[in-house]
Amino acid sequence: MSKYTEDDLREELKTKEYEYGFYTDIESETFPNGLNEDIVRAISKKKEEPEWMTDWRIEAYRIWEKMEEPEWANVHYKKPDFQGISYYSAPNSKPKYDSIDEVDPELLATFEKLGISLDEQKKLAGVAMDVVVDSVSVATTFKKTLAEQGIIFMSISEAIKEHPELVKKYIGTVVPQKDNFYAALNSAVFSDGSFCYIPKGVRCPMELSTYFRINQAGTGQFERTLVIADQGSYVSYLEGCTAPSRDENQLHAAVVELIALDDAEIKYSTVQNWFPGNAEGKGGVYNFVTKRGLCETNAKISWTQVETGSAVTWKYPSCILKGDNSVGEFYSIAVTNNYQQADTGTKMIHLGNNTKSTIISKGISAGQSQNSYRGLVQVSSRAKNARNFSQCDSLLMGNACGAHTFPYIEANNKTAKIEHEATTSKIGEDQIFYCNQRGIDTEKAIALIVNGFSKEVLNKLPMEFAVEAQKLLEISLEGSVG
Amino acid sequence: MDLKEKLVSSFLAFENEVNIDAFVHDVRTDAIKIFEEKGFPTKKEEAWKYTSLNTVLKEDYSVFPKQESALDYKDVKKYFIHDIDTYKIIFIDGKYSSHLSQTTHGGIDVCLMSSALSKPKYQPIIENYFNKAAEKDSLSALNTAFSNEGAYIHIPKNKVVEKPIQIIHFATGNESATMLQPRNLVVVEENSHVQIIERHQNLTQNPVLTNSVTEIFAEKRAIVDYYKIQNDNANASLIDNTFIKQDRESLASVHTFSFGGKLTRNNLNFYQEGERMDSTLKGITIIGDKQHVDHNTLVHHIEPNCESHQDYKGIFSDKATGVFNGKVVVEKEAQKTNAFQANNNILLSDKASINTKPQLEIFADDVKCSHGCTIGQLDESAMFYMRSRGIPEKEAKALLMFAFTNNVLESVKIPELKQRITKIIADKLGVDIGFDL
Repeated sequence: MSKYTEDDLREELKTKEYEYGFYTDIESETFPNGLNEDIVRAISKKKEEPEWMTDWRIEAYRIWEKMEEPEWANVHYKKPDFQGISYYSAPNSKPKYDSIDEVDPELLATFEKLGISLDEQKKLAGVAMDVVVDSVSVATTFKKTLAEQGIIFMSISEAIKEHPELVKKYIGTVVPQKDNFYAALNSAVFSDGSFCYIPKGVRCPMELSTYFRINQAGTGQFERTLVIADQGSYVSYLEGCTAPSRDENQLHAAVVELIALDDAEIKYSTVQNWFPGNAEGKGGVYNFVTKRGLCETNAKISWTQVETGSAVTWKYPSCILKGDNSVGEFYSIAVTNNYQQADTGTKMIHLGNNTKSTIISKGISAGQSQNSYRGLVQVSSRAKNARNFSQCDSLLMGNACGAHTFPYIEANNKTAKIEHEATTSKIGEDQIFYCNQRGIDTEKAIALIVNGFSKEVLNKLPMEFAVEAQKLLEISLEGSVG
Repeated sequence: MDLKEKLVSSFLAFENEVNIDAFVHDVRTDAIKIFEEKGFPTKKEEAWKYTSLNTVLKEDYSVFPKQESALDYKDVKKYFIHDIDTYKIIFIDGKYSSHLSQTTHGGIDVCLMSSALSKPKYQPIIENYFNKAAEKDSLSALNTAFSNEGAYIHIPKNKVVEKPIQIIHFATGNESATMLQPRNLVVVEENSHVQIIERHQNLTQNPVLTNSVTEIFAEKRAIVDYYKIQNDNANASLIDNTFIKQDRESLASVHTFSFGGKLTRNNLNFYQEGERMDSTLKGITIIGDKQHVDHNTLVHHIEPNCESHQDYKGIFSDKATGVFNGKVVVEKEAQKTNAFQANNNILLSDKASINTKPQLEIFADDVKCSHGCTIGQLDESAMFYMRSRGIPEKEAKALLMFAFTNNVLESVKIPELKQRITKIIADKLGVDIGFDL
């Protein structure tokens, strides 16, 4: 009989090092540290942007200057020095590649270490990759297949040049520049990101995916993603992140805007595994992300996220259910270990009639970590028959960690039906005993239980991603997930 | 002059007027400093996000009602739980009314805060307990600074108080607008048992603002049941701050019945400072018009093997607004805690709204904590069932709503009080049926 106990698991968690901590030496062109209007202009110029874009960035910068860093979240960290960050770095081998052979071999090796080699991805048909390393898109695949359907999938800087009318129309409509401190910062300095447009009635034939990596020492990464699903279209979008080990804290402030027009559906899945800091809580990525989607009539937006990395996470993928009969969903697993802190959740704003939202949030905390769910369900006085179901479950491992729930529920219409439930517990000894009795050793039992605990969310991930999500859970909670 | 300035500047005059010992004087002087620094809470504070005091604070309140007024028992009888024998501590415009009261010093002390604060006999208790449970927030501090009158209840070891104690605060409206700051202290020693019913009643159309603080200490194995009836008129606002410190194996419960008043804010805080105890927080809120009720609860689990149960039901019609902000904190040492929190609401009108925020903050791993919160409507099939059996719509609705609140009523231990609450509910729902049949 194995003597593996929760204490052993904790011990293992402590010693488990970040496996993906490596650093690729690609010559980068990096801006000097600091931020002012000139830097913003320089970024814009560097990217050969039209004037309206430059103005838009400057406007955001001026708003940002006047804002203060928010402090309401249940996280504690040393405030980043915004003048000590370089706001632009691009890999040097700038020209676009037509074939995979032209890509910097060192870069390819990096991806191979991550287990996501482009070759493999290419062969895996159905996954198109817009690979982002240090802010500039260096490889785009399957663009042709997509173009046949009229789907636009490119980096946002390309889109600004090639489809300015679409970008101009939609950028900042869901997350305005003044939305919050980090959104304003991002609007001013965003370096690159993805842009996706699905035309009317088109069902995107493959999962679209982007990899974000923070690679250059001391570079902040400010991604901007804009996904537009035109009437009656469907897209499933995947976003995955890993970052190399680094001692100083790195800042990541991304903005993701989703727009689902009438009858459209967007499924947005994220696996986030940035460097969480070492066992003493040193280093790690600060992840302050604003993600929001807008649903028109009969539209649906579904957010699925697996959050295992980052030293500090501050992230609330939200849905504005503007149109009648629109649907918002949020499925999340947040795992924190060592000294990680996560304050994550969602906002569901019901504005239209017969709108529905579902929130399933699973938090697992171990080590010295703090894991918070913070959510808002708001039903406006004109939203008839709004329906919400929320469930937040927390699993605690060890008594040095904490799990917190801060749900805000605001109902202003009598026809609203809202249910919220939350539970907090540890892995029951009776459950382990039950498994042991049936010949399942404790390690496997814990794995079974954690797996079962997160299953509702893992099931929502697309096949290609579910495998990776499992892998990432393994890193974070080695020994507990089979 | 706004209310804050008025209160701060009248503090010195107040200190000269009352006869108190040095200990309480120091406590009060510290408290006014806290209030002066913090001022009245605004919506910017997280705990006051959904409740604004602005409309309440703009009245020109008289801070020390001067005139003594008397009331005839027969005129106010309906506000008493009169069908059972009780101890009574009655205040009119903040002044003690010996005529309506029935106090005792026989084995237990059921008397006045003013005498407890001034007589040396009570000094040890006052120094041990006074202001020891209250938080240092601005409103509690304000009350502390002006604490003078209220109920003082001290139950020594091994006593079961044979009848409930009623505390009623009447406002007669002799002054145009009155601010009252009653201060109650309840100390229940080992193995003792007490039941208390508290009520605030405005008898006129003049505005009244009550900022009340109640400190309750439940020592080892003590049992304390506290019932609050809040069924005031549309000009009365109440900020009720209740702090309960429990020692090991004690049982404490607070039931809050909020049926009226312009603005009601209940700050209810439980601190569990021992093992194997149980705290119960329950409430029924049925309001309409433009009324506002805000329940702000905190249960702080500090030691292992404790339980807490929270159950709040709310029914909101017209333009009423409700707030529930419940917080459960489980400290690292508080293993094997079992904390349960539920908040269920029914909205009856499109103008009514409810904001609820049930929070859990958990630092221990071996715990069972859950909270649930629902907002919904009456079950249409149940309505249809009753209508098809000849029950009129209004009565059918009332029956369903009564059933909805019944969980809370069930745990009321004084049958006469339960009957009275049932009657008030029937009245609120506009029906004339006896639910207890």
